[in-house]
Amino acid sequence: MANQTSNSSRSLSREIPLWRDERVLKVAAQILSAVLVIGLLVWLAGNVVSAANQRGLSLGFRFLKESAGFPIGETPIPYDPSRSFAYAFLVGVLSTLKVSVVGIVFATMLGIIVGIARLSSNWLVNRLALAYIEIHRNIPLLVLLFLWYTGVFITLPRVQDSITWPGPVYLNQRGLFITWPRLTSTGAVFVISILAAIILASVAWSMLSRYQIKTGRSTYYGWVSLAILLLVPLLGWFLAGGAPVRFDTPVLQGFNFQGGLHLTPEFTALLIGLVTYTAAFIAEVVRAGIQAVSRGQQEAARALGLRYWQVLSLVIMPQAMRVIIPPLISQYLNLVKNSSLAFFIGYPELFFIGRTTTNQAGRAIQVILLVMTVYLAISLITSLVLNIYNRRIQLVER
Amino acid sequence: MSRKMISIFTVFMVLALVITSCTSAPTAAVATEQPTAMSQQPAVPPTAQPQAAPSGYGQAVKAIRDRGKIICGGRTDLAGFGYLDANGKNIGFDIDICRAVAAAMFGDPEAVEVRPLTAAERGPALQTGEVDILSRNATWTSSRDAQWGNFTWVVFYDGQGFLVPVDSGIDTIEQLDGATICVTSGTTTELNLADAFRQRNLNFTPLTFEDTASVYNNYEQGRCDAATSDKSQLAAVRSGFSDPSAHKILDITISKEPLTPSVPSGDDQWFDIVKVVVWGLIDAEELGVTQANVDSMKSSDNVEVRRLLGAEGDWGQADLSISADAIATAIKAVGNYGEIYDRYMGPNGDAFTLDRGLNNLWTNGGLIYGIPLR
Repeated sequence: MANQTSNSSRSLSREIPLWRDERVLKVAAQILSAVLVIGLLVWLAGNVVSAANQRGLSLGFRFLKESAGFPIGETPIPYDPSRSFAYAFLVGVLSTLKVSVVGIVFATMLGIIVGIARLSSNWLVNRLALAYIEIHRNIPLLVLLFLWYTGVFITLPRVQDSITWPGPVYLNQRGLFITWPRLTSTGAVFVISILAAIILASVAWSMLSRYQIKTGRSTYYGWVSLAILLLVPLLGWFLAGGAPVRFDTPVLQGFNFQGGLHLTPEFTALLIGLVTYTAAFIAEVVRAGIQAVSRGQQEAARALGLRYWQVLSLVIMPQAMRVIIPPLISQYLNLVKNSSLAFFIGYPELFFIGRTTTNQAGRAIQVILLVMTVYLAISLITSLVLNIYNRRIQLVER
Repeated sequence: MSRKMISIFTVFMVLALVITSCTSAPTAAVATEQPTAMSQQPAVPPTAQPQAAPSGYGQAVKAIRDRGKIICGGRTDLAGFGYLDANGKNIGFDIDICRAVAAAMFGDPEAVEVRPLTAAERGPALQTGEVDILSRNATWTSSRDAQWGNFTWVVFYDGQGFLVPVDSGIDTIEQLDGATICVTSGTTTELNLADAFRQRNLNFTPLTFEDTASVYNNYEQGRCDAATSDKSQLAAVRSGFSDPSAHKILDITISKEPLTPSVPSGDDQWFDIVKVVVWGLIDAEELGVTQANVDSMKSSDNVEVRRLLGAEGDWGQADLSISADAIATAIKAVGNYGEIYDRYMGPNGDAFTLDRGLNNLWTNGGLIYGIPLR
């Protein structure tokens, strides 16, 4: 029987000429398009190289070792103009990562809150969330950044007339200056005790909660974990013998405040712009995820007597996450890439330093290649990590 | 169903095509310029003579002639040097240099297309041959000369200074220790600033923008304690502040800034033409030839004047393939060096008034010196 069919198909294929055989055509189309794409890439690369040769431009990367010479305003690691172009580039990469990581954390938190608020049955909350989302989704990010930077931060009072909040926290057009805890020489013991408390508390939580589920006897695991979380660091504080933390207060000295935590207007405007903009998109993703969970689930959970927040956190969100994660990844990538708009408001991130290097080293092609490679690497790593997480939370089907 | 989808898709495609063709129409003038600038000028040398020794000689000149106008890398945002007049026309000291070259080449100072560039864009624009002349107050330095192209002749001797609010009480660079300083990125200014502070063991926080307007807007708003740039530029922007008298330029010069028009490397003939036009403008001032008297001066007693104006003798115009009266045409179009300076920065200058200082002729104690045309 099987033999017969294969025989008949073979005889059939013999009748069909090669150029009308679907299998041949499929393969041929693939080969043709591959050749076209590769050919185009080779042609483009060859074009760049020949154009560079023609103008006597070097395409090497040796310039990266030379001294950069230009100053950078805000650096996550110590930098001075005598360092190399490569080091200046590293500063840019770290600045991009800094604003991206902080931005992703805050955008996720804000996005989830707004997304849930958007589904609230409270009319006012619902409409406010809707207005927030529509405003932020429909205005270009660059405009929002200029609004925050030029419209808000630069128009704040001058240093001498800073707005003072308890803390003390100072706000002026040079940024936000916050009293910030700094570790003293005995700080290590305290930090270790905090880490120990976190580990102990999470162990206690998981063991006791499992015990409670197994036996049905109440273990008060929430309270026990909280107690560990508070008591162990307290013990660490006393063990440290003397204050392990000192509060660094900003003081007006010369042109500017010294000490404390300083958030520059450029960084803050960029962070707020990125967070509020991306959060609007994340809110929609969250809403879509929650709505993807059938209403029956929610009703069943309510019928079991779970409270609103329990329904949300134990029933709805775990299922919604499966729908949320994939589009959330692209929002994270968008945030990372959008951070390059910082260029226009003077926050020296990767693209900004790339532009300056292009000019000061006179090597446009190499710098653009480097910048592209780094963004690509950051994006690929981000999506790789999130894809692993996504695979873990996917519904296990048997 | 799928047939419906296909027809909808087709309609969208047609719509998209129609829309793109519509929107590209107004920009067509610019869009078509781009390929000619890109393809004609740089692409001609390799096809014409791939391995000939002086490879690009005359090629840029030919491309410019074929195009019928000069593409001039300039700016629209700096009073005095490159800015817009009340009618939106791009004018300024740097722009007039381009206009003078256009007059010498085509007999028409309007045969110029100005491409506004930011400080950071100008190097690549020159390297790739996107512009024929870069006349955008660019400082001549050895590494730029090596990387960007060829620098022709210094047209403005400048130095880097600091702009501070008068009420800050700052007079010296030492008093700027710890200050936030606004500066344009991608400039020599940025590098000199770092050097000057490092040398004196002073600290500062730079705030850099590529857009000149952002730099001075942030300074004026008080985000920075000082702004730094070429003194001419500081004078220019101060004139545009809401209260110019509240700001002063410190009496410190931390660098030499020879502002020089440059041309892409490759075509020495083009390089020479631009130089000779600049020399002609300077020599004209020295010899007393002005926009007003250029025609009558053609019959001057002074043989140097007659040679400059092409009435007698030769100054290499045949080798440069431009007409003998090219310099005369240029002077008639924009005036001599001093007239160009005064038009924008002289006592009754259009933009602001800046003492000529180093930019006086060498005969008046300045540094402006033209090579003789003969």
